[in-house]
Amino acid sequence: MGSEGMTQLAAKRARPGPARAPALAVLQYHLVGYRRTWRGGVLSSFLLPTLTVLGFGVGVGAFIDQGVDGVSYLEWIVGGLLASTALQVAIAESTWPVYSSLQWTKVYFAQYAAPLRVTDIMAGQLAFVLFRVLTSAAAFLLVTGVLGALRSPWAVLALPVAALLGLAVAAPTFAYAATASSDSWLALLFRFAVIPMTLFAGVFFPVESLPVGLRWLAYVTPLWHAVDLSRAATLGAAPVWSVTGHLLYLAAWAAGGWLLAHRALRRRLVV
Amino acid sequence: MTTAQPLIQARGLVKRFGGFTAVDAIDVAVRAGEAFGFLGPNGAGKSSTMRMIGCVSPPSGGELRILGMDPVRDGPAIRARLGVCPQLDTLDPELTVRENLITYARYFGIARRVARLRAAELLDFVQLSERADSKVEPLSGGMKRRLTIARALVNEPEIVLLDEPTTGLDPQARHLVWERLFQLKQQGVTLVLTTHYMDEAEQLCDRLVVMDGGRIVAEGSPRVLIEQHSTREVVELRFAGESQEPFASKLDQLGERVEVLPDRVLLYVPDGDAAVAEVTALGLHPINVLVRRSGLEDVFLHLTGRTLID
Repeated sequence: MGSEGMTQLAAKRARPGPARAPALAVLQYHLVGYRRTWRGGVLSSFLLPTLTVLGFGVGVGAFIDQGVDGVSYLEWIVGGLLASTALQVAIAESTWPVYSSLQWTKVYFAQYAAPLRVTDIMAGQLAFVLFRVLTSAAAFLLVTGVLGALRSPWAVLALPVAALLGLAVAAPTFAYAATASSDSWLALLFRFAVIPMTLFAGVFFPVESLPVGLRWLAYVTPLWHAVDLSRAATLGAAPVWSVTGHLLYLAAWAAGGWLLAHRALRRRLVV
Repeated sequence: MTTAQPLIQARGLVKRFGGFTAVDAIDVAVRAGEAFGFLGPNGAGKSSTMRMIGCVSPPSGGELRILGMDPVRDGPAIRARLGVCPQLDTLDPELTVRENLITYARYFGIARRVARLRAAELLDFVQLSERADSKVEPLSGGMKRRLTIARALVNEPEIVLLDEPTTGLDPQARHLVWERLFQLKQQGVTLVLTTHYMDEAEQLCDRLVVMDGGRIVAEGSPRVLIEQHSTREVVELRFAGESQEPFASKLDQLGERVEVLPDRVLLYVPDGDAAVAEVTALGLHPINVLVRRSGLEDVFLHLTGRTLID
């Protein structure tokens, strides 16, 4: 039985080379894995924005009679929440999955033994993170749109903003996870970066209400820049800061993160 | 490949990690169609050598050509033509057996349709067809190893690198793996493997090098190595008492060589049965006597003064 199979194989001796779009092949691998788990994720992608609208719009919003900047609290907060959702997904998808692929399943080593380069492995992983960020952001936009929390059709521009923020945080997080010597470092990232960023980068209240020192901390985070852009999109208003400035700042995080991640992954794989 | 040029050629190949030299200037030439082995204990430098040949670890010195190319410059092009079965499994436990093969085939630019066919053929070859759609996680160690071998064959490689292919497997699983590797060898696939099992090396390798402390201490076919570095037969004697040493000293005259291990004395002789008679004639009464043919273990012991598996 086995030998017949191999004869057939030998007959079709077409020589495979490196894949023409190697990063795409890596993305496909991640999508095959995702096919098994997406159902659980989809429920939360729709449930979270629904609960958010109910909780903040109907609940918290009821205490904030005057709204913020002339719009209801729900309308004001929805853009920021979308950005913070993108942040959570981007970081979750580039911490444990990256750490596990190096330390537990060692899948990256298998990929590197094939004709893939360090760049391909990284690009494929980050492309999958972007896919997750975009689908989550789209679900968020859909639910909040249906519930009437978006003030402007410009809200669709929150999607590319979410994607850019995703890359801006996923790339350095990839570097961090690839360097981490134990998985407890990953939990620290959530405790000391994700949660404080979410609380102080202008998602729930305007950064301007913070004391000046803390305000600057908020400006340094990539999240605030995406929040300002995303909020501008959902409100159909101009952002507080310059659009170009925001985009350049986020792109700088993405580019810097990419270089760090490439170096970190290379150090692990090429020894 | 029909040319006489070796598929793998290393000259003075060195691998250093900081101040530690794992591979110390080795010369190796692997020809097309042969099964070539690196035999040695843990830490001999076998895996470091394999990783350099697999183009995932740049050499620290010397020269290395694989399929006529430079592993540092042409890594992906070489890796496209290699099959790699690493020492530790690197399968995705969340995917099915079949998905592991198909996703891996895509890295080699193999079309999805062809990948499906090839996966089915390879699963048949490694006798995993019934488990094709089950997840990898619950498979036994032997099954995972066979799947890894199937994955290494997905691109129809010219050279298959196997780093300790049967370490940690039970005897039955080992024999199944050997059988499949032997079949590959029959088909003309070049096999390069590392092992610290003498029986594995004797079963599979046409030619091998014995490594110790990063160096090659001997090279040849298993038969030639045994002829050159050992006698035809070995008598294993176990004496009652704390130490074997006092008994060993009395045997000095009997064989070509005497090796003393903590639990037994090895007597290297042309004729085992005759030697046993002489031992008895000396008035010695070992509690256990075994006459056997020399093997690679004896070669290793002779060359390094140590046993392969400590």
